[in-house]
Amino acid sequence: MIGELLGIIAVTSGAFFLLVGSIGLIRLPDFYCRSHATGKSDTLGIMLVIFGLMLIEGFSLNSAKLFFALIFVFLTNPTGTHALINAALNSGLKPWFKKDMAEGDGRCTGK
Amino acid sequence: MNKFFLYYSIILTVIIFIPLYRVVKGPTIFDRMLGAGAIGTKTMVLILTIGVIFNRFDMFVDITLAYAVLNFIGIIAIAKFLGTAKSKE
Repeated sequence: MIGELLGIIAVTSGAFFLLVGSIGLIRLPDFYCRSHATGKSDTLGIMLVIFGLMLIEGFSLNSAKLFFALIFVFLTNPTGTHALINAALNSGLKPWFKKDMAEGDGRCTGK
Repeated sequence: MNKFFLYYSIILTVIIFIPLYRVVKGPTIFDRMLGAGAIGTKTMVLILTIGVIFNRFDMFVDITLAYAVLNFIGIIAIAKFLGTAKSKE
């Protein structure tokens, strides 16, 4: 019973972090800032959801499989984001600075 | 428990539709790939929730693992292709 309650709390807070990552993907001005939002918040949110499902499921084979999925997400989600940033830096995408916003019309959308 | 996960999956579907804006309207191709990766990682959670709703959790966990591997391989392949295409010039 206490395991299910803790699991529901962990799953709900994981959904909150997923929502924060999605809003950051829209609101932030540059590709590099956006990758910062989706690389960290989404990883924490998915790990919290999988951990909460492990608490709800109890001690079984499905829980072990979920543990492997948690380790896999923890290793591969930041790696994929890093590979994408490395490709963008190699192909010459310029980062966004605050002085770019002053000369434009005030909107902070990166070119 | 079942009802909670039903409402949870509805809220998660709304969260998944938010990065679709970045995929459609991204200025560069890297923004589009970032949005596609974010959608893929959130879909993993949605598949797990559907497994709890249908009471077939053992089958949907395997589907989630396969989906995570496919998503990672896709992002790595696209990043490799985009990183080497421009730097040859």
